[in-house]
Amino acid sequence: MSEMTPTATSARADLPAPSPPVDPAETAAKADAARRLSWWRGDGGEGVRRNLGLIGVLVVLIVIGILTRPDLYGDSNWVWDNILTILKLASVVGVVTVGMTFVIIGGGIDLSVGAIVALAGVWATTVATQSYGAGGMVFAALTVGLAVGLVNGVLISYGRLVPFIATLAVLVAARGLAAEISDKQTQVSSNTFINGIASNKLLGIPLLVYILAAVVAAGWVLLNRTTFGRRTVAVGGNPEAARLAGINVRRHTLLLYALSGLCCGIAAIMLTAQANSAQAAMANLYELDAIAAAIIGGTLLSGGRGTIIGSLLGVIIFSTITNLFAINGLSTEAQNMVKGGIIVAAVLVQQVQFRSLTQFLGRNRATTT
Amino acid sequence: MTQHSRDLSRRRLLFGGAALSAGVVLAGCTSNETAPTAAQTKAAAAGGNADPGKKVTIGFSAPAADHGWIAAITNNAKAQAGAYSDVEFKSVEAGADAAAQRAALSTLISQKPDVIVLLPYDGKELNAFGLEAMKAGIPVVNLDRAFPDARAYRLQIKGDNYGMGVAAATYIVAQLKAKGVSNPVIGEIPGIDSLELTQERSKGFADTLAANGLKVANRRPAEFTADSGQQAATGLLQALPKIDALWNHDDDQGIGVLAAVNQANRKEFFMVGGAGSKKAMEDIQADNTVLKATVTYSPSMASSAISLARLIGQGKGMSDLVELQVPKEIVLASETITKENAGDYLKLGF
Repeated sequence: MSEMTPTATSARADLPAPSPPVDPAETAAKADAARRLSWWRGDGGEGVRRNLGLIGVLVVLIVIGILTRPDLYGDSNWVWDNILTILKLASVVGVVTVGMTFVIIGGGIDLSVGAIVALAGVWATTVATQSYGAGGMVFAALTVGLAVGLVNGVLISYGRLVPFIATLAVLVAARGLAAEISDKQTQVSSNTFINGIASNKLLGIPLLVYILAAVVAAGWVLLNRTTFGRRTVAVGGNPEAARLAGINVRRHTLLLYALSGLCCGIAAIMLTAQANSAQAAMANLYELDAIAAAIIGGTLLSGGRGTIIGSLLGVIIFSTITNLFAINGLSTEAQNMVKGGIIVAAVLVQQVQFRSLTQFLGRNRATTT
Repeated sequence: MTQHSRDLSRRRLLFGGAALSAGVVLAGCTSNETAPTAAQTKAAAAGGNADPGKKVTIGFSAPAADHGWIAAITNNAKAQAGAYSDVEFKSVEAGADAAAQRAALSTLISQKPDVIVLLPYDGKELNAFGLEAMKAGIPVVNLDRAFPDARAYRLQIKGDNYGMGVAAATYIVAQLKAKGVSNPVIGEIPGIDSLELTQERSKGFADTLAANGLKVANRRPAEFTADSGQQAATGLLQALPKIDALWNHDDDQGIGVLAAVNQANRKEFFMVGGAGSKKAMEDIQADNTVLKATVTYSPSMASSAISLARLIGQGKGMSDLVELQVPKEIVLASETITKENAGDYLKLGF
């Protein structure tokens, strides 16, 4: 991408358009070709290597588990049950992280995800909504998630607010609205269908795990096999170049936040099902969990690069650590310190890998990002 | 051509976004039809202290509610004040933290209430305010979170966190003895672990268990919310394939703990709750979950605080006591609610 726009800065794409130095159609074609090339040659292979590294971390964690609790790991029923428990624990944050990954690859950040989950969950469990049954509750959660996501998107793309500020404002406002609606009470879900989402299994696997798998698969296809995904990478990597290539950067950014909001709506239903209830304080600090998972999964915080599978592995690593500390009866304080350490280590490894990668690919690539 | 049509679509999107967000706000105002929670008030008994007396203005401040218990505190105080014809109730929003509460309280002082009832964010941080108000001649009723300085309050009424742990452990020990379980596996799900109240509860629990030669096998803290309770309980159940007894500190997070127990299909143990929510009492009464008891930490103390503040304002004592004035400190006993007495306590559930 950088070959076409050697002078491009990190300026926002919504600046008034200077007349492009070359024919726009030609630029677009070149950009597309370059993106395709860089995708297969560079980032794709690199992503696979990174994911193998994450799987290595997972294996190490499991080995630690086996060594510290051989009594539990000796029971194959327990081990299978434990794997499903880890995946169930990862499911809600996992769905949120898929949306977050898109937003971060697109060059933004969404701090409001936890608050959106809470608002959507509270909305779906009011007495009025519950009277419409499971369908009404799901519809309410998805609509609220999507609507708040659109508000984020409008504020950022058309109101020109910095994503950090806009989503921070929405975080505060959405938690406030959730507290107002619920009158600060815990709203119990008495809908057996909704509660069953967390307790029922299909072919021995919890429904929550299927939902996670479906969202991850949809996210993977959307990012890797559609123009929407390519545009997301282009917008995050270099918004100015993306705009010159004919991408409607503002509209695309709006859609990214809407997508994140929709994921939060799905997560709200899952979390409500798990807790059999919703309240304004639920999904506390999920934004940090999702951002951390995306980052250790290899998503570049400045945008333009990231994988869905990496983010999923990031979430699973975190829930495996939680599980490891729980089965050993260690304090959550120590657990948080280890999580912090893993985030730092992941970013350090990323930097080292990135440096060697750019050296390998030569100077042209080094000017990207 | 593209410039024009893009403008149109932009406008449409902008308008659409605005309309959607307006819809969000509108629906937010209309979608909830829950009846206000029934408050715990004491019906005025005939004669004596209950008779209307001197008019008393009571100023009230409590932190913004983040969970059911705090919400119940504020509701109870308001409802109890409403039950007296001679009480004027002035409530100030405490804002988001101790500093905001201090600012709110200074506006309260300027309104010259006869008595102030205060649930501080942090007793240590608002101790100075208590001293200031007392110096200005306004008696302060300190609710639940204690001021370290005895001169900072006229009356302190609070729950017994240590006693709550003692009550939970006492019930668990008695049940395990009755069942004849040897080497029992006991789990604990506390609330926010960094809070002093959580530490006191856990200490009371651990001390009482230790006195009986028992200990906690695993404890996973939650955050007083149902979703965090579900996650903590899921971890605990995974760590302990067989449990005999479980103490969960808070009934609000207990909704999530019970959900996790059901999701894991576990029934081999019994569970004791904490605080005493209405839902927990109903579950105990129905006796169809692992929840067999809960130890109270009742927000009804807010109602009592208002009643006592009124007596202080009128210069009266408690009619059943010999003393002519209200005592200086009242610590509520943590009571154990089981299937047998749940019916009596249901009206105190929040």
